[in-house]
Amino acid sequence: MAEESVLTDDFLRQLINVGEVDILVGLPTYNNARTVGPVIEAIRAGIVKSFPRERAVIIDADGGSQDGTPDLVTGASINDVRHASNLYALRTLHSISTQYSDTPASGTALRTILAAAELLRARACAVISPDSTTIEPEWIPRLLRPISHEDFDLVTPVYRRHKFEGLLMRNLLYPMTRAIYGRRLREPYASEFGFSGRLGSQFLGQDVWRHEASRTGTEISLTIAAITGGYRLCQSFLGPKIHTDRSSSDLVPAMRQTVGTLFWSLEATFPAWSTSADLQTVPTHGCEYEVTQEPVRVNRKRLYEMFCSGVGELAPVFSSILSAGTLAELQRMASLSEGDFRYPAELWVRTVYEFAASYHKSVISRDHIIQAMAPLYRGRMFTFLGENRDASAEEIENSVEMLCHEFERLKPYLLEIWNGRE
Amino acid sequence: MREMIVSELTQAFQELARGFAHFLPRLMVMLIIAFLGWVIASLLKFILRSILRLAKFDKLSENAGASQLLNQAALPSSTELLSRFVFWVAWLGFILLGVSVLGIVGLQEHVSKFFLFLPRLFVSLFIFFFGLLAASFFSRAALLAAVNANLPAPRLLSISIRTIIIIFVLSMVFEELGLAEQTMLLAFGIVFGAMMLALSIAFGVGGRDLARQFLERRLARRKKEEREDELSPL
Repeated sequence: MAEESVLTDDFLRQLINVGEVDILVGLPTYNNARTVGPVIEAIRAGIVKSFPRERAVIIDADGGSQDGTPDLVTGASINDVRHASNLYALRTLHSISTQYSDTPASGTALRTILAAAELLRARACAVISPDSTTIEPEWIPRLLRPISHEDFDLVTPVYRRHKFEGLLMRNLLYPMTRAIYGRRLREPYASEFGFSGRLGSQFLGQDVWRHEASRTGTEISLTIAAITGGYRLCQSFLGPKIHTDRSSSDLVPAMRQTVGTLFWSLEATFPAWSTSADLQTVPTHGCEYEVTQEPVRVNRKRLYEMFCSGVGELAPVFSSILSAGTLAELQRMASLSEGDFRYPAELWVRTVYEFAASYHKSVISRDHIIQAMAPLYRGRMFTFLGENRDASAEEIENSVEMLCHEFERLKPYLLEIWNGRE
Repeated sequence: MREMIVSELTQAFQELARGFAHFLPRLMVMLIIAFLGWVIASLLKFILRSILRLAKFDKLSENAGASQLLNQAALPSSTELLSRFVFWVAWLGFILLGVSVLGIVGLQEHVSKFFLFLPRLFVSLFIFFFGLLAASFFSRAALLAAVNANLPAPRLLSISIRTIIIIFVLSMVFEELGLAEQTMLLAFGIVFGAMMLALSIAFGVGGRDLARQFLERRLARRKKEEREDELSPL
C-alpha cells in the first residue's frame, strides 16, 4: 500500500481516531500563519453550512512550518464558526495535522492527503491553498457538491482574474493541455480542486510518486490522470483569486512545477494523446471565465530586454533544443526594435512543441530545458501584453481561443518531431 | 689447424642453429600472440563501438563539450576515438606480452610497468571525460541562472566556471598519471590564486566606485521591478 510509507505512526493514530468520513478537505501548508486563519474559518463554515450531516475532516499536511501554522489549523474551534454564522453541525468536525517532512514539497503534501483520504474512505475530497485570501465558504460546496451529488471525479476551478494574471496558464498550460488531451479545462494546474475517493485511490496507486517530478506540480499530473483515465470532469466557478505568495509567482520555479510536469507527463501518456483528437467541452458550474480590467503597471521593456539578451546569450543551448529554422526566426526577432517586435502565435507554439520534444529526448539536462524556456516566455508575454493592452474580456478570450486553435493545428508537428528529428 | 678452424666454425654454426631453433618457436609464439591480440583487439573495438553507439555516447560527449574539442582538432568522433584507443591499447598489450615470451633481458621490467600503468591511464581518461561533463553542466547551469536573473555578462560567468573546473580536472588527471605532479600542482595553485587575486583586485580596489554604483543601481532597480512585475504567471 502506498500510504504505508507516507503516513507516520502518530498521524495514523489520529486518522484511526477520526474513523471513516464522507468529506475530506486537505491543506498543504508551509509557514502560512499569516493567511491560514481565515482560510480554515471559511472551510469550517463551508462544511457546517453545506454538509451538516456528513462526517468531515480537515487534514493539514505541513512541510515543516516554523511559524506555528499547524497549531492554528488544529486549534481553531468549531464554536468560532457557530457563533459567527449561527450554524450548527450535526457531526463532529475533526481537524488534524501532520508534518510529512522538514522541507516543503507540494507533491508529498498531496500524496499525504490522498493517502489519508483513501484510509478514511472519503467519498469527496478537496484541496484548498492555505494562501487563498479571497476564499469564501461557498468554495467548499462548489468543489465538493459535483462529486458528492453529481458523481463527478475531478472538479477544477475557474477564477475571476485580472486580464494579465495567469499568463502562463493562458499562453501555454491551458492551450497545450486542451490541444494534447482534448478537454477544455481552464485551470489544468489548480491550487484548489475537488476529487472523488476513487480518482484519489487510482492516482495514489500510480508510479508517478517514484519520479523526481512528483515532488512538485503533482496537481497537473492528477488532472492528466483524470483525463486519460476516462474520469468525469467538471469546472466550478469560485470567484476572484489573488496570489499572495511571491515565491509561487517566481517564473522559473513556476515553470518547473507546471510546464516541467506537463512535459514529463507527455511521455507516460503518449499512447493516449497521440491517438485521440476529439475536443470535448467540460461541464462548468457558474460562468466559464471572468476577467477584470483594472489598470496595472507592467515593465514591458524589461520583458523585451530579457528576451533579447536570453536569445543572444543562450544561442548554444537553444541550438541543442530548437530546430535551425525556429532558432533563426527567434534570432531575427531579437534583432528587431521594441516597437517592431512581435512573437507570433504560430512561432510560439512551434517553440513550445520543440521544447517538449527535446525534453522527451533529454537532449540536455531536463531542468536546463525548462530554465531555457523562461526568456522566450517573456518574449511571448511582451507580445500578449502589447496586443491586449486595451482589449475587452471578449477580445482576450478570442485571443486565447486563437492560440488554442494554433496549438491544435500544430499537434501533428509535435507528433512528427516527438520521435523523429534527432 | 685447418681442422680446428673447421671444427670451431661447425660448432659456431651448430650453436647458431641451436639458438635459432630455440628462438624460432618463441618468435612464432610471439607472432601468434600478436595475431590473436589483433583479433581480440578488433573484436573489442567492434563490441565497444556498438555499445557506445547504442548508449548514444556521441550525444553525451557533445553535451560534455568533448565533441567540440575533437572537431577543432580534426579528430574523429568520440565513439570512434575511444574504440580505436581501446584497440591500440589492447593490441599493444598483446604485442608486449608476446615480446616478453622472447625472453629479452631488461624488457620484462618495461612490459610489467606498462601493464601497471594501464589502470591509471583508464582512471585518468574517466576523470577527464566526466570532468568535461561536469564543466559543461555547471557552466550551462550558471549561464541559465544568470540570464534568468538578468545579471550582467552571463557568458563571462559561464566561461569562467568552465575554465576553473577544466583546470581543476586537468590537474587531477596529471596527478593520476604521475606526470609532473609537483609542477602541475604548483601551476594550478598559481593560476587559481592569480585568478582569485585578479578578481579581488578588480572588484575590491579597481572597481570600487563602479561596484558601489552597480549595487546601488541594481538594488534600486530590483525594488522598482518587484513593484512593477506583480503579475502572477499562474
